[in-house]
Amino acid sequence: MRTLPDQNGHFGIYGGRFAPETLMPALTDLERYYEASKKDKAFQSELKEYLEKFAGRPTPLYFARRLTKKLGGAKIYLKREDLCHTGAHKINNTIGQGLLTKRMGKRRVIAETGAGQHGVAVATVAAAFGLDCEVYMGTEDMERQSLNVYRMRLMGAKVTPVDSGSRTLKDAISEAMRDWTTNVRTTHYILGSVLGPHPFPVMIRDFQSVIGTEARRQIRSAEGRLPDCLVACVGGGSNAMGLFYPFLTDHKIKMIGVEAGGHGIESGKHAARFADGSAGVLHGTMTYLLQDDDGQIRLTHSVSAGLDYAAVGPEHSYYHDQGRIHFSHVTDDEALAAFDLLSRVEGIMPALESAHAVAHIVKLAPRMKRNQIIVVNLSGRGDKDVMQVAKMRGVKL
Amino acid sequence: MNRIDQTFLRLRTKKETALIPYIMAGDPYLERTEDLVLAMEQAGADIVELGVPFSDPIADGPVIQRAGLRALKWKTALKDVLKLTADIREKSEIPLILMTYYNPVLKFGIDRFFKEAEICGLDGVIIPDLPPEEGRVFLERSRQNGLNWILLAAPTTPPARLKTLSGKTQGFLYYVSLTGITGASLKNFSEVKTRLSAIRRLTDTPVAVGFGVSTPEQVRALAGMADGVIVGSAIVRLIEEHMDDSDLPAVVAAFVRQLKQAVAGGRVRRAVKTGLAHS
Repeated sequence: MRTLPDQNGHFGIYGGRFAPETLMPALTDLERYYEASKKDKAFQSELKEYLEKFAGRPTPLYFARRLTKKLGGAKIYLKREDLCHTGAHKINNTIGQGLLTKRMGKRRVIAETGAGQHGVAVATVAAAFGLDCEVYMGTEDMERQSLNVYRMRLMGAKVTPVDSGSRTLKDAISEAMRDWTTNVRTTHYILGSVLGPHPFPVMIRDFQSVIGTEARRQIRSAEGRLPDCLVACVGGGSNAMGLFYPFLTDHKIKMIGVEAGGHGIESGKHAARFADGSAGVLHGTMTYLLQDDDGQIRLTHSVSAGLDYAAVGPEHSYYHDQGRIHFSHVTDDEALAAFDLLSRVEGIMPALESAHAVAHIVKLAPRMKRNQIIVVNLSGRGDKDVMQVAKMRGVKL
Repeated sequence: MNRIDQTFLRLRTKKETALIPYIMAGDPYLERTEDLVLAMEQAGADIVELGVPFSDPIADGPVIQRAGLRALKWKTALKDVLKLTADIREKSEIPLILMTYYNPVLKFGIDRFFKEAEICGLDGVIIPDLPPEEGRVFLERSRQNGLNWILLAAPTTPPARLKTLSGKTQGFLYYVSLTGITGASLKNFSEVKTRLSAIRRLTDTPVAVGFGVSTPEQVRALAGMADGVIVGSAIVRLIEEHMDDSDLPAVVAAFVRQLKQAVAGGRVRRAVKTGLAHS
């Protein structure tokens, strides 16, 4: 398992590099710089320093005492990525790619964003490293995540609305890829999840695997053993892969990725790729997709902008087929209920994305024994979602 | 030898550059596409590229994106465009090339695609998000079926890769004139010229230039440098502006005629060769 992907970025039949010719040399360059950075001590110590002193790592592994008691089953630990600088795990990757951008001598970064968390993390790193920054965001997402739009602008990023297609994450990625194709000589595209053409999925997984590496050490120190189960929400799947990867070869540990069930699978309005999708190619990679009989990409729906995407990281597709990672989904309503629950019981307001993972453990924990342990990746905090939730409930702020 | 190879051979004998217009199949609707292809042939088009719409066309600019959306309103799919190819083939021998993205072809089935393409009389296929590294099966089938898999090269392509691409492409090499998406505007002709002569030193395969070419003036300038010139967004924009007009095919034909005259005004830059690299 540790040898994946192969040298062309394939995880079994998934992954690869399905990119326009204009980008192929940039992808090869990126791969070369990335491989070199792994062995470069100066790079690694700079990365470590930024993760500690800028992003605030390590993040705590918090025992959710009251939630555990309320659910009456397995012990629940929360990996507190919500406490990272900028409020989500996204910064782990943007620091890494930001440092690579400097190494490559590029002066401009671009990004896509759905919930705005990745966009904010890119804008933040661009400000910190003195890079020009442009973030593409669907107009639908700009409306539901207006706070993050303003945060990006405050840090000097240009936020460009994308009004094509479903006006969400998928279309923002397409537009970012078009920009990259046009400005590839001067610009690096900081992709935000374990998606896209090789080497993005493997590189982003590696930058995010600091989550699992820390969690492994922390749970050992808290409980003297490894957990029984890991749970994380899956949009593209970077927070999930970050948590799962360092545990992949511990075969007794069950891993569950939670997708956006939207209004329910039967409604067709969801983003549950594994429940209702099939293999195909989108945005440079072969993976599970929501598509119709003609191979057109289907529109997705989720209350959570960060999970509202038709494809999933290719490595997830591979481990899904292998049976190593299990995938489940929860509805918008279940996620909103979990948003309330964690806020009230633990005083921690999760991002709507992370609330999907919490919603799953609400169902899972009571079925497990009290001496069993679940680690949940609390990938982001919910401040960005407050306006949206209030609006949905008819509360005027 | 398929129709694309024959066309380039014939044009080389006449020292002429091929004019290759692109339109989106199903824009404004499928029956109209057939009229447009036949009208463009009458007006002097040498080869026609037919777009097959895809929901997420990452290599296309706004003009072709909008055309794709119009075609998708009618649910225009690969199977429909293959059927259209067969219909056109009953009336015309003009070489036809599909340009689409990988996912619709993958969903259709690669083997089924090559089988039906052959039956329908299709000559070539261009897939901007399928580089040769990911297309081993594709290459094998295209060699068996005589359907040309046309590869793209870009200004960023390094020399070694250029050599691989021009060795693997079939029919012609599609040179993308600029770093960008369709419908951008080509300004730097001297860079194109330098790159094209570099390609010329590597291969005998015909080279056609596309992306960013929209006016007869640009076509005239490029005609002297390449074996073919591809014009897409400018024609698609014209279709958008006149889609409800009953004389749409005549309007498009008039523009294509201008482009063809511009091509003829340019000079082919070298003498006839007796054989083609991939005949």
